[in-house]
This record gives sequence, C-alpha cells and structure tokens, in this order.
Amino acid sequence: MSITFFPGCTLSTKAAGYDRSGRAVAQALDLTLEDLPEWQCCGATFPLSTDNSMALIAPTRLLTQAQNAGGHVTTLCAICFHVLRRTQHFLENKPEMLERINWFTEEPYDGRTRVSHFLELLRDELTWEMLSHKVVRPLTGLKVAPYYGCLLLRPQNEIGLDDPDSPKILHDCLTALGCEVVSFPYQTECCGSYLAVSKPDLPERLSGDILASARRNGAQMIVTACPLCQFNLDYPQREAAHGMPGSEIPVLYFTQLMAIALGLERESWGMEGHYVDPLPAFEGFQQSTLSGQPVAEG
Amino acid sequence: MIERALVIGAGIAGIQASLDIANSGYEVVLVEKEPSIGGHMAQLSETFPTLDCSQCIMTPRTVEVGHHENIRLYTYSEVEGVTRDADSGDFNVRIRRRAAYVDWSLCTGCGVCQEKCPFKVESLFERGIGPRKVAYTLSPQAVPNKPVIDADNCRYLQSKWDIEAGRLPAVDKSGKPSQPKCGACAKFCPTGAIVWDQEDQIIEEQVGAVILATGFDLFPQARLPEYGSGLIPNVVDGLAFERLLAASGPTAGKVLRPSDGAKPLEVVFVQCSGSRDPERGVPYCSKICCMYTAKQAILYKHRVPEGQAYVFYIDVRAGGKGYEEFLNRAQEEDGVVYLRGKVSRIFSEGDKIIVKGADTLSNRTVEIHADLVVLATAVIPRLGNSQVAEMFGLSADENGFYVALNDELEPMVSPVPGVFLAGTALGPKDIPETVAQASGAAAKVLSMFQRNHPKVEELLLEKAGS
Repeated sequence: MSITFFPGCTLSTKAAGYDRSGRAVAQALDLTLEDLPEWQCCGATFPLSTDNSMALIAPTRLLTQAQNAGGHVTTLCAICFHVLRRTQHFLENKPEMLERINWFTEEPYDGRTRVSHFLELLRDELTWEMLSHKVVRPLTGLKVAPYYGCLLLRPQNEIGLDDPDSPKILHDCLTALGCEVVSFPYQTECCGSYLAVSKPDLPERLSGDILASARRNGAQMIVTACPLCQFNLDYPQREAAHGMPGSEIPVLYFTQLMAIALGLERESWGMEGHYVDPLPAFEGFQQSTLSGQPVAEG
Repeated sequence: MIERALVIGAGIAGIQASLDIANSGYEVVLVEKEPSIGGHMAQLSETFPTLDCSQCIMTPRTVEVGHHENIRLYTYSEVEGVTRDADSGDFNVRIRRRAAYVDWSLCTGCGVCQEKCPFKVESLFERGIGPRKVAYTLSPQAVPNKPVIDADNCRYLQSKWDIEAGRLPAVDKSGKPSQPKCGACAKFCPTGAIVWDQEDQIIEEQVGAVILATGFDLFPQARLPEYGSGLIPNVVDGLAFERLLAASGPTAGKVLRPSDGAKPLEVVFVQCSGSRDPERGVPYCSKICCMYTAKQAILYKHRVPEGQAYVFYIDVRAGGKGYEEFLNRAQEEDGVVYLRGKVSRIFSEGDKIIVKGADTLSNRTVEIHADLVVLATAVIPRLGNSQVAEMFGLSADENGFYVALNDELEPMVSPVPGVFLAGTALGPKDIPETVAQASGAAAKVLSMFQRNHPKVEELLLEKAGS
C-alpha cells in the first residue's frame, strides 16, 4: 500500500525519533510513504472562531498538495492530524467557505482529500492481526499505559477516530505488540498543550497528575501519538521533579515500541532526545531486546 | 358509547385517574405492566417538600384501587392491540396478561413461596442495590400482594421445558422419568396456588375512553461515559439512592455503600446528569432533580449526621409551593454544601470515587474524594411509550414524550378523540402536578361520558337551540 505522507515541522526537528521510527515501521509493514513534494507548517491550531479563513489557508494548501498527489494523506503528529482533519471536515460542510479560501490560494482545493492518522491505517487498512503476525519480539510483560491526550480524539463529531471517553486504538496497537496494556483514568486528560510555552507550571502540574495516575495503576512506560504530549510528560521528569527519583516513567511514541517489537535495528528506534531514558525500562525484560540487532525471521 | 374507561399505567397518575372515574360510578379497566401497582412512587422513600413517607400516602389509594368494585385491575399485563369502532368510537382492546405461574384466586399472599425460593436475581425495582427472589412481589406493600414467578430465571420451569423439549434427558440415571429441579415454592405453598402450566391470557375489553399514563424511566448511566458509564458500583442514580433510603429497601433504610456495605461519610450529588445536554444527553430540564436531590441530601444528613453532603448544580429550580424554602432548609439547617458547577469527570481510584468539578462562585476547580456518588439522571419516557402511542395513533415528540393537543390549554387531551394523557409520559413533572393532570384527564373522560347521558344531551340540545 502506498500513501502520501505529511511529516510536519515537529517531526523534522524535536520529534525526529517519531519520524525515524514511524518511517522504519511503515517500511517493515510494506506501507510506502511518499512525502508531500512541497509542504509548510499546518498552522498547529484549528481556529476557534468559525469565520477565521486566514488560519485555514495553510492547512488547505496542504490538502491541495495531497489532492494532487492522489487524494489521501497520512500523518504521525496528532496536532497536524487534528488540524488537517478538522479543516477537511469544515470545508466539506461549508462550500461557501471553501470557495472563499480558493480565492486566496494559488491552486483551488476540490474539498475531497481524505485525511487519516497513521493509527487509522494500522487499524483499518493493515489490521492489528497483520501487525501481530509481524511481531518478532513480543513485548510480553511490559506494562505500557496508552496516553491519548485531547487532539487525537476530540471533537468527536469532526475527528471521529475513536470513542473519546473509552478509546481503544492505542490499546489495540499495544496488545498486538504483546504488551500488558494499562488503562488509567487520566488517559484522556489534557497535558496542558501550548501552555508549555506561556505558562509552563500548568503543564507541569497537569502532567504530574497524569504520571501519578499512570504510576498508581502500575505503568512502567507511557506511549503517546503526539509530540507535544510527549514533551509535556517527559520534560517535567528531567530532574525527577515529579514523583520519587527512580520512579520516572519513560514516555515513548507508539512507533518506537512498534520498531522494537517488529525486530527493527536500534538505529530506527529513535531513542535519543528523551529526557527520561527509556532503555533502562527494558532492562531485565528481554536481554535480546537491548542488543539492538535485527532479529532474523523464522 | 360504552361508558367504561381504560387506563394504561398504574403509577400515581393512573391510580388517581382510575379512582376519580370509578368513584363517579363508571367502570375502569386499569392495566399495569409490573406485577403490582404504584409505579416509581412505590420506590421512593419520602416525597418532597413535606418529607411524607411515600408508601404511607400512597397505600390508601393503592388499596382502594385493589378493592374498588368499579375497577378491573390487570397487573403483569400489557395492551397488545387496539381497534376502534368507526360508528360508536368505542375501543376494542386486547390485553395480554403474562403467565405468573401462580393462581391468584387461590393465593392468599402469605409470602411463603418468596421466603422459600432459594434463588436471587438482580431486581429492577431495587435499581441494582439489592436482589429479589425468582418468585417475588415488588414490595411488602404490593397491591395485589400476589407473587409472580420469573420464568427466565426459574430453575423448575427452565428444567421442565428443557426436559419436554429434549434438551435434557427424559430419564435419569436410575431409569426414572426426569424431574424438574427445585420447585420449592410449590412444595411449601399452603393452598396449592403454584400452577406450572399456566399460560399467557388474552383478555378483550371494550371501552369508550382511554387515558395513557405510562410514566417515565431514568437516563441510562451507560450513556454517561464521563461519569463512569454505570460501571462504578458506588456511583448510583437517584432512584437507587431512594432504595437505600427506603425503610422497605434492601438495607432497611441504612445508607450503605453498594460495594462493601460501609457507611459513606462523603456523599456527592451530581445534578443535571444527562439533562440540559443537547450534545450527549437530553436537551430539556428534568424538573424534579433539584428538589429530589435536596431531599436526598437532607435525608442522608438525618441518617448520617457526621457525614458530609455536596451538591453540584448549574441552577437550582424550585418553583413549587414550599420548594424554595425546602432548598434553603437543606443548606441552612442540614448543612448540605451547594457547589455551582458541572462535574467533568468521575472515576474510581482505590476505595474512593474521584469527582472533578468546579465551583464557579469562588472561581476554583474542585476535586472531591467521595465514598458514594448519586447522579440525578435525566427523566426519559418509559420504554415502550412509543409502541403504545403508535397503537392509539398518537405521536411522540423528539424526546419521546406524548404530544398533547395544546401544551398550554389542553395538556391532558391528545389529538385523538377519546384518548387522554396524564403524568410523566407527557414530560417530567412532580407528584402534585401528576395528580392534578390525572384528575384533569379523568374529568375529561367523565365529561365525555356525561355528555352521552340522555338528560344531559337533552339539556345541551336545549341550550344549543335557544
């Protein structure tokens, strides 16, 4: 299967690990990612007022690029996904708005591009069953808590990826990898998002609650699909600022766990750049995992 | 026109309407789905704003209905079909009386079968607080005080039918014909009233007028995922809390947590659970919750004086007689803490239930670690309302409540001549309003019958002529 891929800004910079592991995983699953030939930032927020056409121009331009490249685009960053998906939904239902935006862009958008998050491709096109068959290093006994955050799931009637109150998509992915999945009550609570820039103590407090809840429910590791969530949960733990020292919880992208479970080489795990080093969590878990050598098939 | 009325639903609305018509000398056919009458009022502990014991004020009426010479009462029954005579306008009603496997003409209501029945199942009447027996009456004050046997859960009936259908072997190991299991009730019944081959009965009645008083249900907790989807044992709804408070309830009126029977010292009441919520719940206000929540908080404080009650509200709606004073009493005399803000999340952690809400008057978020949470869930039409409506050619509104001819001036009159409406089947309302509507609907029926009377007809014609 082949699909257009929009990496976005963060995957090209701070979340390089997400990008690398995502691409490696896609390759291992015979999913060809064809980067959009020309792209720019998606804008990172979907406008809160409905009459804000300026803020929609950037995502519309991306959707137009995708339209020219086949009409179906995927992304890894939950925020990019959120912006593109909601823009697409909005323009689909407001043809007069689409017309207005097309006056400002160099190329008109036809309103029909499909936007899928990488997780949706795994669930709906590739299937969890296929994924579990390709797992060569099942992560048995590893207690992983999926953290969904907000933008991947809400608002439900525009995003429609999963049930926003009892989501299953990351749970199912982790189950396919052989993990022991830990549900916890804060799995859909906000991490504080952009307030990391303007009011950093707020995300620190919110993430403290999220991490404490995950820890109380027995999680050894947290997995997410959003670079900002990853940062907000990882960064405050840099000096063991929350919880007790030695009880830090590494925060990984789901593609990183996939890369390990699929037996891909260590290069592709993208483990540098974490504030809490994830590797110790694998210690004593499965010696072969740490060798980082690709596991032979069969 | 046949001067007999059919009343569907024997909650307080149906009871009141039936008594008004029967006491005026006309016959009433009263049909009720449950084994006994009283509806939701029979589940309540005390009523607001007087804090009268619900059973005490209702049982005089239920007993009167049970004994009334003009009322033909069919409980454990449902109206299955209706046809209407085009000339007279009379209704021919087909009623199905479900097999109870007990001959009520032989039964004396002694209660031995219920006592001796070895098996318990979840009781809808007790709202998940306690069980009932397979051979059961709904409550000690049930009218009629005759039991029914829940066939789906009855070991005797299930094994009997399995043997007859060949699903179980016809002879046992010693070669004797297989016997159905249990049968304890029949063994102990002093009058031989257990009838294992009883069948559903179809009864046909002819009536000239109909009153629909089918009542309400509560919004299912399963549709409130932010409040735990009904899976947290110590998060209950308003009617369940009533069963905890009721002296005839599973805990004999002691307020105890469903999970471990411990006394809850921190109780949180969450108003508007599903109401006033066009996105995920119902758009309308359920009218009675502000009042019954105050009542429940007051009663809780009376039973557990050392406990603390919190009420999360958006607005407090207390429009009836003595209602505002009742609310003030809750706060001033009984120390109930009122917090103005919606609850955003409820989840359980260890022994406690974490309630995350807001107090907008002090501009703070609030997190309470509660022992018990009571959700005032939205009032919705009784399941099966729409089928009944269809049978009589009525329509229901977008929320499933019956549509009246005119909401302001003729709320008890349906668009179909001869069919009248009363009670919560029309929309959320409290007991005083329900009773008033029931009497109003009865008056409409009586007026219909009276106009039929030759003397009255004469007078009316005279008046029209002059």
